[in-house]
Amino acid sequence: MTTAPAAEVIRPPRPHRKGRWGRLVMTSVMVLLLLWFAVLLLWPGLLTGTDPVASSTEYLTAPGGAHPFGTDQLGRDVFSRVVFGAQPVLAASLGGVLLATLAGVTIGIIGGTAPRWLGGVVMRVVDVLLALPVLLVALILIATLGAGVGSIIFALGVAYTPGFARVVEASVRKLRAIEYMQAARLFGSSGLRTAVRHLLPNLATEVLVMASSAIGWAVLTATTLSFLGLGVQLPAPDWGSDLAAGATSLSTAWWLATFPGLAITVTILVANFAGDWVMALSDPRGRRFPTRLRPFRGGSDSLPSAVAVAPGEPAALASAPPTLSIPEESA
Amino acid sequence: MAIAFVFRRLVASVPVMIGITAIAFVLIHLVPGDPARAMLFGSNASPEQVQALREHLGLTKPLWQQYVTFIGQLLHGDLGTSYVTSSPVAQELLSRTPSTLQLTGGAMLVAIITGVPLGLVAGIRPGSVLDHLSRAVSFIGVAVPYFFLALLLVLVFGIQLGWVPAIDDGSLLALIVPAISLGWGYAAILTRLIRGRVIEEYRSEYVKSARARGCSESRILLRHVFRNSSIPAVTMIGLQFGNILTGAAVTEVIFGRAGLGSFLATSITTKNIPVVQGAIVLIGLSYVVINLVVDLAVSAIDPRARVATASD
Repeated sequence: MTTAPAAEVIRPPRPHRKGRWGRLVMTSVMVLLLLWFAVLLLWPGLLTGTDPVASSTEYLTAPGGAHPFGTDQLGRDVFSRVVFGAQPVLAASLGGVLLATLAGVTIGIIGGTAPRWLGGVVMRVVDVLLALPVLLVALILIATLGAGVGSIIFALGVAYTPGFARVVEASVRKLRAIEYMQAARLFGSSGLRTAVRHLLPNLATEVLVMASSAIGWAVLTATTLSFLGLGVQLPAPDWGSDLAAGATSLSTAWWLATFPGLAITVTILVANFAGDWVMALSDPRGRRFPTRLRPFRGGSDSLPSAVAVAPGEPAALASAPPTLSIPEESA
Repeated sequence: MAIAFVFRRLVASVPVMIGITAIAFVLIHLVPGDPARAMLFGSNASPEQVQALREHLGLTKPLWQQYVTFIGQLLHGDLGTSYVTSSPVAQELLSRTPSTLQLTGGAMLVAIITGVPLGLVAGIRPGSVLDHLSRAVSFIGVAVPYFFLALLLVLVFGIQLGWVPAIDDGSLLALIVPAISLGWGYAAILTRLIRGRVIEEYRSEYVKSARARGCSESRILLRHVFRNSSIPAVTMIGLQFGNILTGAAVTEVIFGRAGLGSFLATSITTKNIPVVQGAIVLIGLSYVVINLVVDLAVSAIDPRARVATASD
């Protein structure tokens, strides 16, 4: 299909003029937020002592007092359900993105380094999958696998893989044209060794940025699926299914749907901020944290500019700016 | 030139279509359970009857033969019969298509009429109040899930104020809230995209030269900057079409609209595989067609695109 210059969609913010204090505040806020989400994912019991599935006789009480987010039809505490409902959503979206990253990097490297015919076949298959919307791919897979968090992780992983593979393949092709890659090949470095020693370290920054930018989308897709009843089954708490359940009594008990909905919104917001933050961190032009990402340093620095394109490479690649292209939802 | 370009793009979409039909075809064999049994579910059929139906459906033939039959039927517009209603799937899908297309089109319209002006205004004066406003709008637009936004809008405008029907009644009025909730997120993406492009285009040499030639600012904006900024926007709309279409599926479920999406969703839960297959083919096909149209549109706006694809 069309190769979109999707890089424009998610642009690194320009916080560079904010100075040292601004950066420090930004970093602390991000670290605190990420810690908060880590607690939600790993140890939700730390934030509330109430059991999310324990019913009581306090049916449908409005938010306030002992129940800051109110209670539902069965007298269950909505706050506790929102706290515990984070786990399946975060697990599904993070797991899905992780799976897609691993698969996408592997396929992208194969597509970019394998013999021409094999790479061609692999990338054509990727193109076909790219033509299908993410949600449709996920729906198809869940139709075959059955509902559940595991299915959502797998479905998201498969659905996001083609987009990741395309991005990785494009950078691998660019990287291969650089002198030290050609030197490695001349010195007899095997394909696998070249991939691990030379390609992966240089891809790391880009892959990190790509994955962190995809998390927001993954949260949206994961909650959409559980909203449709294809994720965690009731009575277990989950933002998507709780939102769907609360939707029916929207006019009488607004808090049932509103709090899970707000939780999803805040999560996507934070995920997008975090994605922008990671992108700004790894932006060599920003020079914000020269040493912070040392293991990944050199990644975007060494991504070749337009000059280093192999002869015979499509003109479109040659004229493309050396910015990252982040897959959109469909990718 | 133009015809060669159209032809090349058509040829390029053939493998994609084959792939999509292959995925749709394989699905029936991936889903656990026997389709013949699924069709006869609840009718107390004997094992012989199930076997007879299996043979009738061609499920006993080798896989490749089944695929060839599947493609042959597809080319005749035959998508099989629904397990639930036993009526042709093609007919059932087509009767629900207009509703979905209305919603998809409405959402795209919302995205374009809010995203394009907002992006332009923000891009012309970066750092202005309007720019900050557009940034806030787009950030929230991307973050609020459309199904949550749909519920909030229904609560306020459907239930509290009673301006629009909360549940679909087939009127155009009932389309407004679903279209806004679905289109909002794409408006946000479009705003950021266009803003970035406009800022970039204003820095370019040709704008300087146009100014030097005494071109008016409005002419520079409309004839040069806007035209160049609209190219990635058109591409983005094509790429997002599939997502809007599937997003329409979820929105339809919320508003009780009898469209393609809600039909697909129920068919997945009831394992009505022919319908799921048909929907995949239909959505995949429309995605390919839309992207073809988008590519042609882009090449009409931007002659450079033709050259770029030619060397691809």
